Amino acid sequence: MSSPAGPPEAAGAHGAGGAGAGGAGAASLVIEDLVAGYGEVIALDKVTITAGAGTITAVLGANGAGKTTLLRAISGMVRPRGGRVLLAGADRTGRSPEDMARAGIAHVPEGQGVIAELTVEENLRIGMMAWPGLAPRRAERAAALAEAYDRFAVLADRRRKLAGTLSGGERQMLVIARALVARPRVLLLDEPSLGLAPRIMTQVMDMVVRLSRENGITIVLVEQNARAALAIADRGVVLNLGRVVAADDAKTLATDVALRHHYLGFLAGAAQKDQGEPRRKKGGSAWSSSFSSRSAGSASG
Amino acid sequence: MVEFLQFTLSGLSFGMIYAAIALSLVLIWRGTRLLNFAQGGMAMFTTYIAFEVIRHTGSYWAGFAVALAAGVVLGAAAELAVVRPALGKPELNAVIITIGLLILLEGLAGIFYGGQFRSFPAAFSVIGLRAGSTPLGVSRFDVFVALAVLAATLLLAAGFRYTSAGLRMRAAAFNATVARLSGIRVARVITVGWALAGLLGALAGVLVTPSTFLYPNSMDSIFVFGFTAAVIGGLDSPLGAVVGGLLLGVVLSYAGGYLGSQGSDLTALVALGILVVVLMLRPDGIFSGARVRRV
Repeated sequence: MSSPAGPPEAAGAHGAGGAGAGGAGAASLVIEDLVAGYGEVIALDKVTITAGAGTITAVLGANGAGKTTLLRAISGMVRPRGGRVLLAGADRTGRSPEDMARAGIAHVPEGQGVIAELTVEENLRIGMMAWPGLAPRRAERAAALAEAYDRFAVLADRRRKLAGTLSGGERQMLVIARALVARPRVLLLDEPSLGLAPRIMTQVMDMVVRLSRENGITIVLVEQNARAALAIADRGVVLNLGRVVAADDAKTLATDVALRHHYLGFLAGAAQKDQGEPRRKKGGSAWSSSFSSRSAGSASG
Repeated sequence: MVEFLQFTLSGLSFGMIYAAIALSLVLIWRGTRLLNFAQGGMAMFTTYIAFEVIRHTGSYWAGFAVALAAGVVLGAAAELAVVRPALGKPELNAVIITIGLLILLEGLAGIFYGGQFRSFPAAFSVIGLRAGSTPLGVSRFDVFVALAVLAATLLLAAGFRYTSAGLRMRAAAFNATVARLSGIRVARVITVGWALAGLLGALAGVLVTPSTFLYPNSMDSIFVFGFTAAVIGGLDSPLGAVVGGLLLGVVLSYAGGYLGSQGSDLTALVALGILVVVLMLRPDGIFSGARVRRV
């Protein structure tokens, strides 16, 4: 592993922003020397990441860097070949996805989070399957649904509709609502902004921040959109070809010109304009400026 | 007109049997994307078990209940013992395994009972009902067949729709990845699916055998028609399986009735004709949404 590329004085800044909430269910997630791959391909090579309880950790990197495999190895979809996954200090390495979900890790895979053939309400009820115990009481289930509808009014209006009829933004809201219903301690989000309109992306990212701050959920956020992710994250980790090439405070990473140039693909001074940024999605400017201001706001507050 | 009514009613009665087999195939297909070629063989085997129980206890209903229970056990055991080890390997492996299971079950039945045809009792009178002086073409037993399959289907549908276990099964069938990531033990759900399929198959076995006699291959043609019904309806759709079964039952009944003495010989050909027409017009079956599927 390479050492972090950021300036040394910034290292101590970690924790100042994100540790605020840390609700009752908050749990740290520690990845130690994780090795995983497919067949003969090694996708993760001794990756070490520490996500403090109630913080947001952005995992960045180009296509093929191993970001998605990292989430899959944490949630049990890919069996690690080496290393450890520790949830609140307990070793959970190599457990099945079902066990991981019941242990409190909710993994929202890229672009396939909702079950289109089920209604909105049924999708939300799926979130209760990770609850401990056999049969939660009816009142408890109803309360969880009411809470989700309270938070996401748009879902309340569509509760009987098939999830397949929702728009992209509504689907992402549904996925996040379901994750909340599951009451996870750690939320793994894979490209939650992919394919969404800028305004919706802003809403989704706002929701991610609130989950962390208000509910104390530890969030690991995989994003192609590095600037947007770093704007809301406490920590950033940059992967390249399966290795961690930088791990530092998010603000430090966001201002590291050399790092951005080499691995993240957006240039210094481009914060208010799109030029020079190899963005994959349309309408990135509203998105980035929105989060620049948001970030400034949260930093001062 | 009277003939038409008779053929329709008797077609619906037989169609319910095809629907039960089709439904059992759909249950397994939705969970594992696998066609269980042993479904008919398993139904034949559980009917032999019912036959033994009836012979020893003299009670039809004891045999009926034991057959259904045996169907549940056989379905779950088949999934756990021979199908699960093949999952995740090339898909053809599991298909070949179910064919092997069919041969095994038919072989065992042959060893224990030989090849002779045995009569199997019906729960109710098989004498045709009449409305006034007009024969309806169906017996009390036919009505029981239709009601039994209908009850089983409605119970299943309600279970899928309104219970937590049913939601788990649907979630696992539609998106196993999301289901697992949500904490649903998909492997267990699949076993339950096989058990329910075994139950439906066993039900079909005891309901159809009074009309066909019992022998090691007695369910083969019923399986083929049930399979046809499932494909007609769309292998993903439980409703499609029932409609496909009824459609096939009625059309085959018309073919057998109206085409005279050759009609009964032509039923397989008519079934093939329906299958070809449906697959040409709707390749995924009548009730399956148009979706790209990995093959």
